[in-house]
Amino acid sequence: MDIPYTTTARPDTGLWNAKIGIWLFLASEVMLFGGLFSAYVFLRLDALPGYWPHGLLNVPVGTMNTAILIGSSVTVVLAWAALKMRQFNRYKIYMGITILCGIIFLAVKLAYEWPDKFQHFGAYIRQDRLEKYEEYLGNHHMLERGLEPRVEITGHLHNHDALHDPNIHEYEVQLDQVNAAPTDPASDRPHFWPLPKSQKIAVIEKADVEHAEMFVPKHNTFFATYFTITGLHGLHVLGGVIVFTYFWLPIGANLYKRNPEHLANRVEVAGLFWHFVDLVWIFVFPLFYLL
Amino acid sequence: MDVSTDLVSHHHAGHHPHQHDSGHDHHELGWWRKYVFSTDHKVIGIQYLITGLIFLLLGFTLMMLMRWQLAFPGRSLPLIGNLLERAVGPGAMPDGRMTPDFYNSLGAMHGTIMIFLGIVPVAFAAFGNFVVPLQIGAPDMTFPKINMASYWAFFVGGIVMLVSFFVPGGAAKGGWTSYTPLSVITDKGGIHHWFFNGQTLWLVGFILLITSSLLGAVNFITTIIQLRAKGLTWMRLPFFVWAQLVTAFLLLLAFPPLEAAIVMQLMDRIGATSFFMPTGLVVNGAAVAISGGGSPILWQHLFWFLGHPEVYVLILPGMGIVAEIIANNTRKPLWGYKSLVFAALVLGFLSFIVWAHHMWLTGMGSVVSAFFQTTTLIISIPSVIILSAFFISLWGGSIRFNTPMLFATAFLPMFGIGGLTGIPLSFNSADLYLHDTYYVIAHFHYIVAPGTIFALFAGIYYWFPKATGRRMNEFWGKVHFWPSLICMNVIFLPMFLQGMLSMHRRWYDGGQGWNIANEKVWGLSGFQWNVPISAAAWVMGLAQIPFIINFFWSIKRGEKVNDNPWQATTLEWAAPSPPPHGNFAVTPVAHRGPYEYSLPGRERDFTMQNEPIRDSDREAYAAAAAAHH
Ligand code: HEM
Ligand SMILES: [Cu+2]
Repeated sequence: MDIPYTTTARPDTGLWNAKIGIWLFLASEVMLFGGLFSAYVFLRLDALPGYWPHGLLNVPVGTMNTAILIGSSVTVVLAWAALKMRQFNRYKIYMGITILCGIIFLAVKLAYEWPDKFQHFGAYIRQDRLEKYEEYLGNHHMLERGLEPRVEITGHLHNHDALHDPNIHEYEVQLDQVNAAPTDPASDRPHFWPLPKSQKIAVIEKADVEHAEMFVPKHNTFFATYFTITGLHGLHVLGGVIVFTYFWLPIGANLYKRNPEHLANRVEVAGLFWHFVDLVWIFVFPLFYLL
Repeated sequence: MDVSTDLVSHHHAGHHPHQHDSGHDHHELGWWRKYVFSTDHKVIGIQYLITGLIFLLLGFTLMMLMRWQLAFPGRSLPLIGNLLERAVGPGAMPDGRMTPDFYNSLGAMHGTIMIFLGIVPVAFAAFGNFVVPLQIGAPDMTFPKINMASYWAFFVGGIVMLVSFFVPGGAAKGGWTSYTPLSVITDKGGIHHWFFNGQTLWLVGFILLITSSLLGAVNFITTIIQLRAKGLTWMRLPFFVWAQLVTAFLLLLAFPPLEAAIVMQLMDRIGATSFFMPTGLVVNGAAVAISGGGSPILWQHLFWFLGHPEVYVLILPGMGIVAEIIANNTRKPLWGYKSLVFAALVLGFLSFIVWAHHMWLTGMGSVVSAFFQTTTLIISIPSVIILSAFFISLWGGSIRFNTPMLFATAFLPMFGIGGLTGIPLSFNSADLYLHDTYYVIAHFHYIVAPGTIFALFAGIYYWFPKATGRRMNEFWGKVHFWPSLICMNVIFLPMFLQGMLSMHRRWYDGGQGWNIANEKVWGLSGFQWNVPISAAAWVMGLAQIPFIINFFWSIKRGEKVNDNPWQATTLEWAAPSPPPHGNFAVTPVAHRGPYEYSLPGRERDFTMQNEPIRDSDREAYAAAAAAHH
C-alpha cells in the first residue's frame, strides 16, 4: 500500500503531505515558544523596580551568533536550490556549511556563553540595607537621573566557598565596572562591548543579602527564562543539525540516486524548520541581549 | 486480521519479489509488526481504544476508593484497604484508613487519568484513528510511522504516570490542575527522591502525553486535508470528521503553551528557579530559599489556556459520534449540517479566548473579567446550536432504538444539563460562590461522564461491527445502558445541591466536620448525600461488567454481520469488515453528501456516498431545493 501525495502535490491543495505536516508542526512550535515568551513578558512586567537586570549578556558574541544563524538559513536554501537543479555536489557543500554553522552556534553557546555566566556572581541587597552599599550602587545618582534603582552587586566571587559555607559571613566580590563606578554616567546604560572587570573588591555581608548566587537559572527570573528559552532553542538547533547531518551523510543522501525530488522535499521541510529556529533566535536576541 | 481476496490478488499482480521499493509495504509482517508495533491506523486505533478503556476503568476505580472516604470518612475499608496499603504504601491506607495524602493522590490522578489517559485517547486518538481514514476513503494516515510513535509516546507517558503511584511519597497530589506554588513545594525532601517523586513524574509523563497529542494532531489534520477520496469535498465530510479536525487544531495549538509551563514547573522543582514562585514565600513557617519574583498566576493562565480548549477536545469528538449515530438511526439527513460545521469551527476558535473564566477568583480586574464573561457567554451559542440541531434531527424520525442510539440519545439531555449549569459559572458574581464547590464538579461531569463517555460507548457499539465483522449483543447492551444512565444521575445531580451548600470540592472528610455541609436539603444533609452518591458510583462500577464481557465475548462470538449492518451512508461502511491493510478493495469516489437517508426515488432508505448520482436523485434534489424557497 502506498500513501498518496508523499512527493507529488495533491492537485486541489497544491501541496504534498510533509509540507502541510511541517507547517502544522511549526504552528505548534510557535505556540510553545509563545508560551515561554509570554512568561518572559509576564515575569518582566511583574518584576519590582531594579530586579530585571540589564547588560549582563555578551552582546558582540550574541550578534555573531545571530549572523551565523541567519547565514545558515541562507545556505540551507541554497542547498535546497542545488538539489532542485540536480547539482548534488553543490548541495553537499551548502549543506555542509549549514551544519557547520549550527555546530558553531551551539559551541559558542555551550562552551563559551553559558559557562561564562556560571562564573559570574551577583548578590541582591536587602531593601533596608541598600544605603549601606551606596558606593557600589549609586542609587542617589540613579534617582536624580530618573533611572531604576540598582539592587544587585555583581562581579567575580573571590571566596567561592562562601556560597555554601555557613561559617563564612561575607562575600568578597571583584566588582563589575558598573558597581565599581556606579555614578559614572558611562554606567547608566549597558555597553555594546562588555567592559573588563574593575580591580576594586567589595566585601558584602551575608546578613545584608537577600539572595546571592552565581548566574545560574535559579539566580533570578531573568536567568531562569534566559536559560530555559536558550536551552530549548539549543535543543532545536541540535535537532536540526542531526537531521541535516543525516541528509548529508550517504545514509540519507543516497535517496538522491533513487528519487532526487524526494530528497529535495525533505531538505525543504527540514529547511522550513531551520528557518523557524532562526526566527525564534531573532526574538531571543533582542529580548535578552538588548532590551 | 484477514485480507479480502480482492485486495490480495490485486497486490500480487503488481508485485515483483526483486524490486522491493521502500514505499511498498511488506506482505509478511511478523506478529510484532502487525499487532504491536503496527503502523496501520486501524490497529493503532484499537490499541488506543483498549489502552484508553483500561485507563478509564483505572481512573474510575480511584474515584470509587475516594467515594468510600467521602461517604464514611476515617472508616477502615475492609479487605481492599489493607491490600492497597501493601501495594502502594506505607502510609497510603494504614489499617485500611485512607490518609489525606493518599486521598489527594487519588484525586489528582483520577482527574489526570480520566482526561488525558482515558477520554482524549479514546475520543480523539482511538475513534479518530480508526474511523477518520475510513470515512474519508483513505488507505491510511499520511504519516503512519509518526502515528505509531504517537501511540507509543502515549503508552510510555501512561506508564510513567502509573509508576508514580509506587515511588516513595506516592503519586502527585496537586489536583489535575497542578496549581503552583503548591505543586512546586510538594513531594520534596524527606523520603522523596529528587526525580522519582509523584509530582516530577507527573510532569515528565505529561510531556510524553503532549508529544503524543501533537504527533496525532499533525497527522489527523494532514490526513483530512490530503487524503480525502475523490469527490469528497469539504461540505461532504461527515460531521464526525469535522469534529475531529477542529479537535486536532485545539490539541495542536493549545497544548504547547502547557508544555512550556510544564518545562518551567520542572525547572522550578529541579532547578530551584522561581517561574511560579512568588517573592517572600513562606512554607511551614520558614522562608523558602529561592530568588522569588515569579508568578503563581502565570501557571494558571498557561494551564487554562490549554485547559479550556481541552474541555472542547473532550466534547467535540463525542458530538461527532452522536451526529453519525443520530442520522443513522433516525433515517433522516442530519438537521442543519452547515450550521453544525460552522458552529464547530466557531466553538474551536472561541475556546481559545475564554480560559480566564476558570480564574475569576484571582482578582484580575473588572475589564478583563468583563471580556472573559462576554466571550464565555458567546461560546454557549455554538454549543446550543449543535445541541438544538441534534434535537431537531430527532423530530419526526422513525427512530431505531438500538444500543448505540440509546447512548447517543441520552447524551443530549446530559450534555444539556452540563452546558446549562455552566452559565451561572460564567458570571463572576455567581462563581465567587460556586467556585471550587461540588457544583463545578457536577457541571463538568455532566458533560464528560454521561455526556462524552456515553458518546464513546455509543461509538464503540456502533463501529464494533466495522472492526470485527460482528455486532455486540443488544440485550447486554441495554443491561449496560439503563443502570449506567440511572447511576450517573444519582451520582451527579445531588452534587449540584452539595455545591450550592458550598461544599468544597477538595474536602477530605466529605464535609463531616463543616457546619455548612450539615444543612439539610431534600431530607439529607450535604454530608449525608455522600452515601447515596457513593453507592450509585459503586453500582455503576458493577454496571460496566456487562459491557466488558459483551465486548470480549462479541469479538469471537458476536452475531456475524455484513459490511454495512446499520444501513449507513458514510464511506467506512463501503470497506470490508474488518478492513484489510490499505482499507478499500476499490478506492472509493464520493458522489454526494454524508447523510442521504430516505432519499426520494430510491428503493432503499439509505444512499451511500459512493453511489453515483441517478436521474431520480437529481429530481429529489430539485424538489428539496424548491421546497426551501
Ligand atoms: C457550554 C457552556 C459552558 C460554560 C458557560 C462553562 C463555564 C464554566 C466555568 C465558568 C467554569 C469555571 C468554574 C469554576 O472553576 O468556578 C467551568 C468549569 C469547568 N468546565 Fe465548563 N462551561 C461550559 C461547557 C463546558 C464543556 C463543554 C466542558 C467539556 C467537557 C466543560 C468542562 C469544564 C471543566 C472540566 C471545568 C472544571 C475545571 C476545574 O476547575 O477542574 N465545560 N465551566
Ligand atoms: Cu472553561
